[in-house]
Amino acid sequence: MTVRIAIAQCAPALGAFKRNVAMHEEWIGRAQSARARLVVFPELSLTGYYLKDLAGDIACAAVDERLKPIADASRRIDVCAGFVERAPDARLHIAQGYWSGGRLVHVHRKVYLPTYGIFDDGRYFGPGERFEVFESAVGPTGIAICEDLWHVSVPYVYAATGATVVLSPASSPGRGVAEGGDLGTAESCRLMDRFYAAYLTLYVIFVNRVGHEDGIAFWGGSEVVAPDGTVVARAPEFEEHLLIADIDTDLVARERDRNPLIRDERPDLVESHLARRTGLVRRPDVAVERS
Amino acid sequence: MSVAERIGAIRPDPSDQSPLRIDEALVRKMLVAFLREETKKSGHRRVVVAVSGGVDSSAVAALAAETFGPKNVTALFLPYRTSDPLSREHARLAAKTFGLVLEEIDITSQVDAYLGRLGDVDRVRRGNKMARERKSIEYDRAWPDGLVLGTSNKTELLLGYGTRHGDMACDLNPVGDLYKTQLRELSVILGVPDVIVRKAPSADLWEGQTDEGELGFTYAQADLILYHLVDRRLRPSELIAAGFDAALVNNIRERVRRSHYKRVMPLIAKVSLRTVGHDFLYPRDWEAD
Repeated sequence: MTVRIAIAQCAPALGAFKRNVAMHEEWIGRAQSARARLVVFPELSLTGYYLKDLAGDIACAAVDERLKPIADASRRIDVCAGFVERAPDARLHIAQGYWSGGRLVHVHRKVYLPTYGIFDDGRYFGPGERFEVFESAVGPTGIAICEDLWHVSVPYVYAATGATVVLSPASSPGRGVAEGGDLGTAESCRLMDRFYAAYLTLYVIFVNRVGHEDGIAFWGGSEVVAPDGTVVARAPEFEEHLLIADIDTDLVARERDRNPLIRDERPDLVESHLARRTGLVRRPDVAVERS
Repeated sequence: MSVAERIGAIRPDPSDQSPLRIDEALVRKMLVAFLREETKKSGHRRVVVAVSGGVDSSAVAALAAETFGPKNVTALFLPYRTSDPLSREHARLAAKTFGLVLEEIDITSQVDAYLGRLGDVDRVRRGNKMARERKSIEYDRAWPDGLVLGTSNKTELLLGYGTRHGDMACDLNPVGDLYKTQLRELSVILGVPDVIVRKAPSADLWEGQTDEGELGFTYAQADLILYHLVDRRLRPSELIAAGFDAALVNNIRERVRRSHYKRVMPLIAKVSLRTVGHDFLYPRDWEAD
């Protein structure tokens, strides 16, 4: 089966929620015109990225009225977009929602909050604690927000728990301009996308934003990489672009027949090794118990 | 060759300047986008650039002309009576190259009106005064709808080789993350005339002054050491062990430390619950809804 998706490589306005909702509605319309079944927006697409103290001001609950226009639009086309979630316990999270059929069906909270170099996520946000696979328009899917994807364990856990698609919305700042290469960040991201896709035999959908915030440029370069390692589609760097890609969901099965790495994977061994390392003992009669 | 295909690690080597090389076309694209977007966000359409006749300000003038179109760039040449006549010639050449109208405003009378009352004044102090008078004119000419572009490069910023509220002052600096040798490389593809690219860098604050003469080392030396210390996070001892001159490494490291106050916002004494600069932290690009 072929599923057409759209990637909205856009430039959200920093701290301007209403404007960003209107911007989303416009891009959703364009994705619909392209006959896509799903449109994916970057990390924090409804708020902008370097929010600092604005994070608390612009946050909303996952079911907040302010997100209704996104939920409403999802009656026509599935929408995956980023926002600051104010959790019921009042913590702030970098969240990516998935809306379908007029309602929110899944939220991933960014687990790995980079707080080094040009990043300070951990100062303003609390970490998510789960990696859950859910059914999206393109099949069993796991969401890895930006830094989440840099941790090898994340796409691995998704693959080991049934995902055939890893969706990675990002706000990746471009840096590294050494001669003779691509942008340093672009090289790193493309290496990751292709490696994960080919060795976990799944689709990697990387959705990066563009635009500037406080002198830092987000580089774009969104791409879809297939389980055979081929780049299905790639957006230009530094420019707004609606990228359309056709996902062949049957390719996962064909590739996994040819190359059954996931079938032969031994997550039980990984689990028992890690359990010993972290002081947990796994016994046949008890799932996991502290030693 | 892409970075991923490079064979051999980047190592500190006093005779290897290659780590400083940049992809000029990519940098040009990034800097033009930076200027376009960061002015648009604050609602500005026009910029002011002081063109000195040197390579840094010529490069900034080129980027500004490319981004905004020459008619939206106010290019100023602001000489003092002791300024080298070649500076004027080169400033005019740069402006002409990039289609800019160069406006000349002599700062002698306003500088001398103040310094004349003081008698014998140290030349560095005189130079600082000139730099600040120039900047006051740039800001005046930016009013009411323009932004002042800075031209301080990464080498100058890290060494503290500039005047606070003088040449260091600006609203946007497109070239502050490029070392002098990198900016010179970029200026070639921007079309800065060869005679400007190749001349000895000078602040031209007194007769015969050159940057490298005043600093006591070359930009090539400083840039390579700064690159390894700052960009690659090596320690001075590691550079010295790799064959870099110990006195030079320590001198540069100490200059960076000593001048750090020049690179940060003024300190505010914290007494309240929430304080500008300490824990009242909003992005500059905070946009209206």
